[in-house]
Amino acid sequence: MAKEYETVIGLEVHVELATKTKIFCGCSTAFGGDPNTHTCPVCTGMPGSLPVLNKQVLEYAIAVGLATNCDITRYGKFDRKNYFYPDNPQNYQISQLYLPICRNGYVEIETETGTKKVGIHEIHMEEDAGKLIHDEWEDASLVDYNRSGVPLIEIVSEPDMRSAEEVNAYLDKLRLLIQYLGASDCKLQEGSMRADVNLSVREKGATEFGTRTEMKNLNSFRAITHAIEGERERQIALIEDGIGVTQETRRWDDTKGESYAMRSKEDAQDYRYFPDPDLVPIVVSDELLESIRKKQPEFRTEKMARYKEEYDIPEYDIEIITNSKRMADIFEETVALGAQPKKVSNWLMVETLRLLKEKEMDPADLRFSPEHLAKLIELTEKKEINSSVAKEVFEVMFDEDVDPQAYVEEKGLKAVNDEGALRKTIEEVIANNPQAVEDFHNGKEKAIGALVGQTMKAMKGKCDPAQVNSIIRELL
Amino acid sequence: MDLLHYTATELGEKIKAKEVSVKEATEAVLDRIGETEEQYHCYVTLDKEGALKKAEEVQKGIDDGTLTSPLAGVPVAIKDNMCTEGMLTTCSSKILGNFVPTYTSEAVKKLEAAGAVILGKTNMDEFAMGSTTETSAFGPTKNPWNTEHVPGGSSGGSAAAVAAEECYYALGSDTGGSIRQPASYCGVVGMKPTYGTVSRYGLIAYGSSLDQIGPLGKDVRDIATVLEAIAGHDSKDSTSIERKDTDFTSALIDDVKGMKIGIPRDYFAKGIDADVKDRVLAASKVLEEKGAILEEFDLPLVEYAIPTYYTIADAEASSNLERFDGVKYGFRAEDCEELHQMYKRSRSQGFGPEVKRRIMLGSFVLSSGYYDAYYLKALKVKALIKKGFDEAFSKYDMILGPCAPTTAPRLGESLSDPMKMYLGDIYTISVNLAGLPGISLPCGTDANGLPVGLQLIGNIFEEKKLIKAAYAYEQARGAFSIDSVKEAH
Amino acid sequence: MANVISDETIDYVGILAKLELSDEEKEQAKKDLEEMLDYIDKLGELDTENVEPMSHVFPVENVFREDVVTNGDDRDNILKNAPEEKDGMFVVPSTF
Repeated sequence: MAKEYETVIGLEVHVELATKTKIFCGCSTAFGGDPNTHTCPVCTGMPGSLPVLNKQVLEYAIAVGLATNCDITRYGKFDRKNYFYPDNPQNYQISQLYLPICRNGYVEIETETGTKKVGIHEIHMEEDAGKLIHDEWEDASLVDYNRSGVPLIEIVSEPDMRSAEEVNAYLDKLRLLIQYLGASDCKLQEGSMRADVNLSVREKGATEFGTRTEMKNLNSFRAITHAIEGERERQIALIEDGIGVTQETRRWDDTKGESYAMRSKEDAQDYRYFPDPDLVPIVVSDELLESIRKKQPEFRTEKMARYKEEYDIPEYDIEIITNSKRMADIFEETVALGAQPKKVSNWLMVETLRLLKEKEMDPADLRFSPEHLAKLIELTEKKEINSSVAKEVFEVMFDEDVDPQAYVEEKGLKAVNDEGALRKTIEEVIANNPQAVEDFHNGKEKAIGALVGQTMKAMKGKCDPAQVNSIIRELL
Repeated sequence: MDLLHYTATELGEKIKAKEVSVKEATEAVLDRIGETEEQYHCYVTLDKEGALKKAEEVQKGIDDGTLTSPLAGVPVAIKDNMCTEGMLTTCSSKILGNFVPTYTSEAVKKLEAAGAVILGKTNMDEFAMGSTTETSAFGPTKNPWNTEHVPGGSSGGSAAAVAAEECYYALGSDTGGSIRQPASYCGVVGMKPTYGTVSRYGLIAYGSSLDQIGPLGKDVRDIATVLEAIAGHDSKDSTSIERKDTDFTSALIDDVKGMKIGIPRDYFAKGIDADVKDRVLAASKVLEEKGAILEEFDLPLVEYAIPTYYTIADAEASSNLERFDGVKYGFRAEDCEELHQMYKRSRSQGFGPEVKRRIMLGSFVLSSGYYDAYYLKALKVKALIKKGFDEAFSKYDMILGPCAPTTAPRLGESLSDPMKMYLGDIYTISVNLAGLPGISLPCGTDANGLPVGLQLIGNIFEEKKLIKAAYAYEQARGAFSIDSVKEAH
Repeated sequence: MANVISDETIDYVGILAKLELSDEEKEQAKKDLEEMLDYIDKLGELDTENVEPMSHVFPVENVFREDVVTNGDDRDNILKNAPEEKDGMFVVPSTF
C-alpha cells in the first residue's frame, strides 16, 4: 500500500514598504528611473558612508506586527548579514537577526475546511538589493542600485501550512492586512511582495518534521502553487527511492516547471551576522506603540461586518469590494458623497470588474475618483444621460478619471428632454417600419424593441429608452 | 622667528593681524615639504596647487570678514582615510590606489568651513591596521626625530608631518591608539575624543564601534582649538552625539588644584621601558606639585583589553572591508571571467598582508559555531572593561599613564612579529573599547633622544578636564620640539 | 590549549573573506590565526556568565530620519570611480 504524505510549509514573505525614501538614505524609492539615478554614497556602499534609519520604516513594521498579533520588541537592533554578491553594494545586507522588531504573532486564514491559525515566527526590517541585468552582447552583468536600500519587511511564518490552498489563503490575508495599513501595495507580480517557500514532507501521522528545502523566485500565486506541488512530488520520490532530501536552497523555474539547487562552492551560507555598529538600538516606547495602535485602520473582517449593518448590498458584493482596500475606499467615499450604496456597488461589481479583467489590472491601481463616480451616478439618476451613455463615460473615467459632467457636455451626450422632438422622431420611425408595427399588433412584444432601437439610433442615443418605450406604446 | 615654528593658533593670530599672509604661510610649509618630505615620507598625496588656490580664497574671506575662525588660513594635513572630494583617498592601500571621492568627510568639511588650507593626505598603516605606518602600501613614514625609527601608527604620517613642521596641525583617526601612540612617538600632542564627538561620516571605517577622528598638533591649545572646530552632531552619523560642551578652548586653564589623578599600577608593571616609566612618573610629579592629588590604584583587566580589542576590531573590519570588491571603485584584478574569481583576485592583490591577516581573523570569529565563543565573549569582556573604568572614574577625575610601553621602535622591527606590535597597544586600546577620551603629550625623551608620551584618560565627555591638566603640565614643562630639545642638549 | 587550524578551515575562511591565498600565505595564515586564537582564549579565564554583551558603549538610541526625499540624481558621481561601466551601470562578470 502506498504511503500517505503530509506537506509541511512555512513561508518567508518579503514586502516592500510604501515609503517615499529608502531605509537608510534620502534616495527616492520611485519605480522607473534610469539605472542608478536614485542612488547616493550610502545605498551604493561608498567608503565612509553611513546609514540612518527612516522612521516610517519602523512605524510600518510595527503596524504590520500589531495587525498580525505579534509581540513588539521594545529593544531592537540591526545586524549585518555578510555575503558577497554584486547586487549588494556593501557585500553585507543590513537586516535583523538577534532582535527582530516583531515576534510570536499569528493570522487567521479561511479555507474550505474552515478557519485556521498560521503562526508568525517573526517580522524583521531589512534593505533590498539592487538589480542585475544580463548584458547579452558582452556576456557580463550590469548592476543598477536604484532598488538597493528600498525598505523591506520579512514576515517569517511558522511551518503551519499544509497545502497550496492554505499558502494562498495566508498570502492573501497578509496582502489584505498590509494593503489596508497602507504599508505596501503588495503586488506579487511586480515584486513588492515576494515569497520563499520552506517545504518538507512527512508520513501522515509523523510528529517529526522532514528535511526541508527553501524555494526562491516565486512571483505569482500560480508559480507558488506549481512549486509546492512540484517540490512535494520531488521530495516524496527522493524519500521513496531511499535517497532522502538534502537541506538546500532551490530556485523555481516556472516556465520549465522545475526547481534546481542554487548552491555553489563559493556559497558557504555562513552569514556571520553581528550587530551593525553604525546603527544604534531602537527603543519602542509606550507612546510610540500607542500612537501606532491608534492609527490602525478598520481591517477587512470588521469592515465586512459594518457593511452588512450599514448598507443594503449583497454579501457577495461586500466580499469583492472589501477584497481591495482601494475599492472599499472608493465605495465608502462615493456613498459618503450621497450616492446610493446599491448603485455604487453595481458600478464596482459590473463595469469596474469587467474593465479590470479586460485590462489585466490590479484593483489597487484604480484611478477614477469617488467624486466623479458620484457625479456619474447622479447624472443617470436625473436621467441626464441614459445607461449606455453612462457606460461609455465610465470607460473614459476608468482610464483618465475625467469629470463626467464636463465630458458629457463637451461631447454632446446629454439626453434630449424635448418631448416634442422625440415624439416627432418616433412618429417617423413608426411610419418607416410598418412590418414591426404589424408584428406588435399581432402580439409580438419583441417587435417594440426594434422600434426603440431605431429611435435610439436616430436620436444618437441621447434619450431615455424607457421613455421611448412608453411613447411608442402610447402612439400604437 | 621662523614662520614654521608657530603653532596653528599662533599662525592663525598672525594671519588675522595681517602680519603673515595665508599665501606666505602656505608657501613656507610647501617649501619645507619640498626639503624634507623625501626623507620622511609623511604624505601619500600632496596638493600644492589646490593649497595655493585655497590660500588665496581664504585670504579673501579673512580680509572681507567672512572667515573668523582661529584656524582660518592655517595649513593642515589630513589622514588618508578621510574622504576628500576630488582628492585621492587611498587608506594607504593598493585597493583604493585610484579612488577619488565625490564627497568630503564631515570633519574635513568643518575645517574647510573654518578656512583651513588642506595641503594633502598623510600616510598611514593600510586601512589604519598597524602601529608603525609600515603596513602602508606606499612605503613607511620615518620618524623625524630619528629616521631609523618608525613614527608610530596608524596616523604616523599625520604625527610625523606635525613633528617635521610639514604642516601646522593634522587630523588623524584613533581606533586603538592610532592618534595617541604616533603623537607619543613623534613628540607631538594628539587627542582621541569621546566616541561620537566627531562625525565619522566620510571616515573610511576600520572598526566602526571604536573609530574616532581627532587632532594632532604642536601644543594643547592647538588640540583644543581644532577639536572645537571639528566636534559637533551630524545627522548623517547615527552614532554622533549631541553635545553642548564642545567649547574646549575654555578649558585652557593652568590649574589642577584638587584634581584627583589615578595611576594604574598595571600600567607600570612588566614590559615597560625604564626611561618611559621614569619620564611619565616625573610628569605626574609635576602635576602633583601643581596641586593635583595622585593615587595609585588597580585598574582591572588591563591584560584582557588586547584580545578583546582584536576580536571586536577585526570582526568589524572583516565586514567593513567587504565593500572593496572591484565592482564600484578601486582596484579590480585584470582578466577575471568569473565573479568570485574577480572578488578573490582583486582583494588578494589589493590588500596587504596585515589587512588580510585581520580580515581572516575577523571572518573566523564571526563564522558559524564561533560567534558566541569569540565575538560575543569579547563584547561581554568589553562590558567588564567599561565597568572597571566607571569604577575608576567614580574616584578619580582622570587616569594618568604612559601612552606606549616603549619609545618608537626601529623600522622593520615590528613587522616580523605582529603579536609584539599588538602588545604595544596595551595602554591605548581599552580607551577605545570604553569610548573614552584620551590625550597624549610629550613628557621628555629617552636615552636615545626619542620622545616619550604621557597619556591622560578621562571619563566620557570629560575632555575639558584632560585639556586643563595637559595644559597645566605643558606650561610647567615648557617648549618641546625637535629643535628645542636638541638645543637643550 | 593550543588551537589547531586545518587546511579546510583556512580554505573555508578564505571563501568567506573572498581572499585567495598562496600555499605559503596559507601556512602563514594558519600560524597567525592559531597564535591569535590562543591569545584570545585568554578571555575564557573571565567569568562572563551574567554579563550583557556590550555592542554600543553608551545609550544613544532611536536615531531616525524623516521619510523625505533629499537626494536627487547623482549618477555621474556614483559611477565616477567605476572600474568598468556601461549604460549608466556597473559591469561585472556574468552572474547568469
